[in-house]
Amino acid sequence: MNFHFLFSNIGDLTVTGLSQGAIYALIALGYTLVYGLLKLINFAHSEVFMMGTFGALIAWNLTGLHENDPTPSLPMMVVYLLVGLVGAMVWSGVTALTVEFVAYRPLRRRNAPRLVFLITAIGASVAISEAVGVITSRNQYGMPDLFKTTNLATIGNVHITNVDLGVVVAAVVMMVVLDQFINRTRLGRGIRAVAQDPDTAALMGINKNRVIVLTFALGGVMAGAAALLYNLKIGVTRADIGFLLGIKAFTAAVLGGIGNLRGALLGGLALGLVENYGSALFGTSWRDVVAFVVLVVILMFRPTGLLGESLGKARA
Amino acid sequence: MTSTGPGGGKARQGNPVMSALRTADNRRLAGLSAMRSRWRAIPRPVRILFGVAVAVFFYLLPNLAIPLIPTPDTNFASVLFTVAVYVLVGVGLNVVIGLAGLLDLGYIGFFAVGAYSVAIFGSPASPLATKYPWLMLIPIAIALSMVSGVILGGPTLRLRGDYLAIVTLGFGEIVRLIAVNWSITKGQIGIPSVPAPPGHWGNGDPIFGIIDTRPFYWLALTVVLICMFGVKLLESSRVGRSWLAIREDEDAAELMGVPAFKFKLWAFAIGAGLGGLSGALFASRQGFINSNSFDVLTSMLFVAAVVLGGSGNLAGVTLGAVLISYLPERFRGFADKRFLVFGLALIVIMIFRPQGLIPSRRRAVELEDRKREAAEEATANV
Repeated sequence: MNFHFLFSNIGDLTVTGLSQGAIYALIALGYTLVYGLLKLINFAHSEVFMMGTFGALIAWNLTGLHENDPTPSLPMMVVYLLVGLVGAMVWSGVTALTVEFVAYRPLRRRNAPRLVFLITAIGASVAISEAVGVITSRNQYGMPDLFKTTNLATIGNVHITNVDLGVVVAAVVMMVVLDQFINRTRLGRGIRAVAQDPDTAALMGINKNRVIVLTFALGGVMAGAAALLYNLKIGVTRADIGFLLGIKAFTAAVLGGIGNLRGALLGGLALGLVENYGSALFGTSWRDVVAFVVLVVILMFRPTGLLGESLGKARA
Repeated sequence: MTSTGPGGGKARQGNPVMSALRTADNRRLAGLSAMRSRWRAIPRPVRILFGVAVAVFFYLLPNLAIPLIPTPDTNFASVLFTVAVYVLVGVGLNVVIGLAGLLDLGYIGFFAVGAYSVAIFGSPASPLATKYPWLMLIPIAIALSMVSGVILGGPTLRLRGDYLAIVTLGFGEIVRLIAVNWSITKGQIGIPSVPAPPGHWGNGDPIFGIIDTRPFYWLALTVVLICMFGVKLLESSRVGRSWLAIREDEDAAELMGVPAFKFKLWAFAIGAGLGGLSGALFASRQGFINSNSFDVLTSMLFVAAVVLGGSGNLAGVTLGAVLISYLPERFRGFADKRFLVFGLALIVIMIFRPQGLIPSRRRAVELEDRKREAAEEATANV
């Protein structure tokens, strides 16, 4: 255990941990929304995210930006960021809705046992990631450089890069927007109502299926945003990146309290930090073990998470 | 907001291909159950005789040159061995998923514990090598995997079903990562010269050698048959009936005086033991193991085998395991796409026939029941 390394680099570890955690948090939203509504672990959500990373890449390629191209000028960079964001969100959203229509809706109509849902979810997850794997020949795809990673500020010996700062800020902004959407709009009220009590909500004139579709779309769009940030931060994607990130995002959701939107943010950031500190302490090869152990321990001792689970009572 | 969502009921009846498929499948199922009742009408000695004949057929399978079945690209006996190991995995996982209704996504973890137990304690290349003979190592492997099952199950079996699935998935991944990173298991480098079962032919060659895989197949087949018999006995015992009760309704079972947690833990431990046993056989046959053999996708494949064939039913599980392990070997071109195909198959099967290809009769009734409840609820809501 390398305590010296941990403490001498604690600032940098915190920064990278937070930016890693912000991506977890955005993916975790998809798990949390669907779970809060349907009590269903949408296992295929990891692949929704993976599709988003490819969606952004495709959008860039279509608009003429390729890997190893020189970094574009500032206005073009903004345009490309938006193009990538839209591409990622559309791909992720469409994937999420497809999963809902193909894999979950027929089962809901039949009141299938919960485990059946989980098995189709696994099937969908494996099918999507393998389909992409077969199409892309399981190759790794590099991203174009939209901007150079530069050091924005150095406080003491802590370095804050533009990517890290941008990722965290973007994630927090997205979270705030989503939180306001759920808490203040008519559609958000519908989601909360169905999460609280589906039957009563139906009696009050809420179309449950429409709410479910909306929720899957929201989760997908958030995963798309996470995918764009991932592309900017990591710079490469593959067909099989979804599994690990998905399970970590799920851990984040459970850590914060599944079904709880603010919990997802807190859980994501906390998991990013714990993982980073853990890998500094035990060595980077144990990084994923740390995340999994956190998951198991949380589920054992506090399955309701840090903030408690409930989408229905999202309004604090 | 009274409009029905997209994909309403009409489209389903309108599709002729779908409905033709559906009637064909229903007819197949009716034939299956007719065969089953005819089978029960046959006098017991004849049934036993027939069973023995089937067993003999399987023992002779690598020696018979039946057209189309043998695999063109790989040694047929070693493929048969792999199939037998998968069937054993299926039998073990069936106890957990099919009988007790616990979704275990990290079954590969127990498989790995069994395999590494034999390798670590048996291989002279390992720092923890012991002088125990192979026959001692197998019970050790089973015991260690059962212990790991209890360690995992003890705290987590109180969780709800879907949380359990994720925790087991995490466990499978933790085991793999430990295998990758631990200095004794040596990750990709792995552990060579894992001991094989003892014994020599008359001329001094080892029975369980590298060139002729048939003895391994026969050994695995024997183990499979014994385990199947044991599980069959368990199924109709008090333990088995408790599992069924827990699977169908845990709260009701608990009220009727079935200690649910205890029996779930038993299911977990027995399943883990069988997984460890299959892992131990696998390691002995390979002679060398590294961390690559234990990834999570393989674990998903195990689940697919059980669910595809018909969880809760030994014949179904066997069929599922055979399909999943044999098809990719028979059609090598298919091997790369097999996860894709099995993923899609999982969705399709769960939607159209959630009880699997050869359903357990009890499970089919259970699912039919829930469907009727849903229909009643729907009419009540209108």
